Amino acid sequence: MSLSHQDVARIARLSRIAVTDAEIDAVNRQLNSILGLIEQMQAVNTDGIEPMAHPQDVSLRLREDVVTEPNRREACQAVAPQVEKGLFLVPKVIE
Amino acid sequence: MIHATLKQLSQQLADKQVSAVELATEYLQRIDALNPQLNAFITVDRDKTLLEAAAADARRAAGTAGLLTGAPIAHKDIFCQQGWKTSCGSKMLDNFISPYDAHVIEQCRAAGLVTLGRANMDEFAMGSSNENSYYGAVKNPWDLNAIPGGSSGGSAAAVAARLAPVATATDTGGSIRQPASHCGVTGIKPTYGVVSRFGMVAYASSLDQGGVMAQTAEDCALMLNVIAGFDERDSTSLERAREDYSRDLAQPLAGLRVGLPREYFAEGLAADVGRIIDNAVSELKKLGAEVVEVSLPNTQLSIPAYYVIAPAEASANLSRFDGVRYGHRASEYKDLVDMYEKTRAEGFGSEVKRRIMVGTYVLSHGYYDAYYIKAQKIRRLIADDFKAAFAGCDVILGPVAPTAAFNLGEKSGDPVQMYLSDIYTLSVNLAGLPAMSVPAGFADNGRPVGLQIIGNYFGEAKMLNVAHQFQQVTDWHRKAPAL
Repeated sequence: MSLSHQDVARIARLSRIAVTDAEIDAVNRQLNSILGLIEQMQAVNTDGIEPMAHPQDVSLRLREDVVTEPNRREACQAVAPQVEKGLFLVPKVIE
Repeated sequence: MIHATLKQLSQQLADKQVSAVELATEYLQRIDALNPQLNAFITVDRDKTLLEAAAADARRAAGTAGLLTGAPIAHKDIFCQQGWKTSCGSKMLDNFISPYDAHVIEQCRAAGLVTLGRANMDEFAMGSSNENSYYGAVKNPWDLNAIPGGSSGGSAAAVAARLAPVATATDTGGSIRQPASHCGVTGIKPTYGVVSRFGMVAYASSLDQGGVMAQTAEDCALMLNVIAGFDERDSTSLERAREDYSRDLAQPLAGLRVGLPREYFAEGLAADVGRIIDNAVSELKKLGAEVVEVSLPNTQLSIPAYYVIAPAEASANLSRFDGVRYGHRASEYKDLVDMYEKTRAEGFGSEVKRRIMVGTYVLSHGYYDAYYIKAQKIRRLIADDFKAAFAGCDVILGPVAPTAAFNLGEKSGDPVQMYLSDIYTLSVNLAGLPAMSVPAGFADNGRPVGLQIIGNYFGEAKMLNVAHQFQQVTDWHRKAPAL
């Protein structure tokens, strides 16, 4: 299967990555060539095979619901692009 | 001094023949002299390094030092290290000074290892040539026209050029073994779950595993003793008793069953690399190993399966880079979504964007079963192949890569060509097995070639034993490039 410009634009939007009109041809070509490689999987019969998510097939550990980390808000916010009064600032989302 | 192994340096430190400050100073001078041409380090901070070295000397004086206290190390720029820029090779994190330490860094600090600097890498560990770094490609110290391999190219080049005796690294699809092979150093990727991923910037979480590179297998064992171990902050860290990875180094190899997968010696393997691997196998036979042929029939499928699973997990992991809590933020935008899209378009390089988009696509509505679940089923087939093979052998040997290091720029325009060169390393990550690369000779063009040793689950000590015994009768690991 082969992606159209429209598909690429949709994938870019879902990925939250701006792709310009100047880039879209090259991106489209590369994604199609990668998908062509991936397509090789479909030749193999995998009926009845259990999908493998973890090499040791272990399940996730649970822990007690207690505080484990100290409050380091200032240190963590020191690397943020924009903060005010301990809050992360983003462009206005509610009018 | 700069050719000394970690083991030798730790002895010299213990015997007070050299101080940690003297050692650090000597390596920093060498980095100053050679890094401009190699580009192996993204960040060097002389003052910080010398402070760590002085603290190590104080520990030596106070009698509270450990085996490796005062020995220098380079850290791949993927491990968060408090107070150091942790860029992960990306513009996205160019301004990120980590507020905390990764588990691996904590362990190194506790051991008293002295940070020489932060090693260059492919952006977010995505790449096989180190050409995807925002900070420019690393050069192979053996041939400045050659790639060093990736993604841990800076770590490999630093150890090869003797800019550091050891370096941390990570391996998601071959990122320790392939650069180690291309730069002629020894590298180990442990069993998935042995080294904590806490504070290691995530690429593909079900495949990522931390490890080390050094001149010798013995040094790798000493370093693995430092960085391995259970950490509850990594949900996939395995709760196992501590072990001494150097315990079996001296064991003789008589009776060792060595498996050679026929698929690793088939079409596509360069003749000179094949000869080098054959010679290495002959050396092991002389040491008493017996060779058995094994089969890993789904090897070819590791490439499509990996390039579904890794991008899928990457697309989820890298969604955290949104310009809100850390890292780059676009300077102009009209609303929140526009801010996300511009921030990510500016902050990520083209290979990272490609993998995020491939991952987003294969996880999107209607395609999940056809791609992601299908790849996970193939992953099981690949793991089962190894299980069957290990029923008849103790370790599996083969090449790390189909050719010696290729030229800078040779494959950078064609992602799929680059992906195909990962054929001998990807299966190990999909299965979660431990593996090494050990220097084994030089290709016709003079570039180094490594022997891959693949162990069974938790077979690190056995692999290190094989590598160490090989290094007792060969001297490929002692060769250093003329710089």
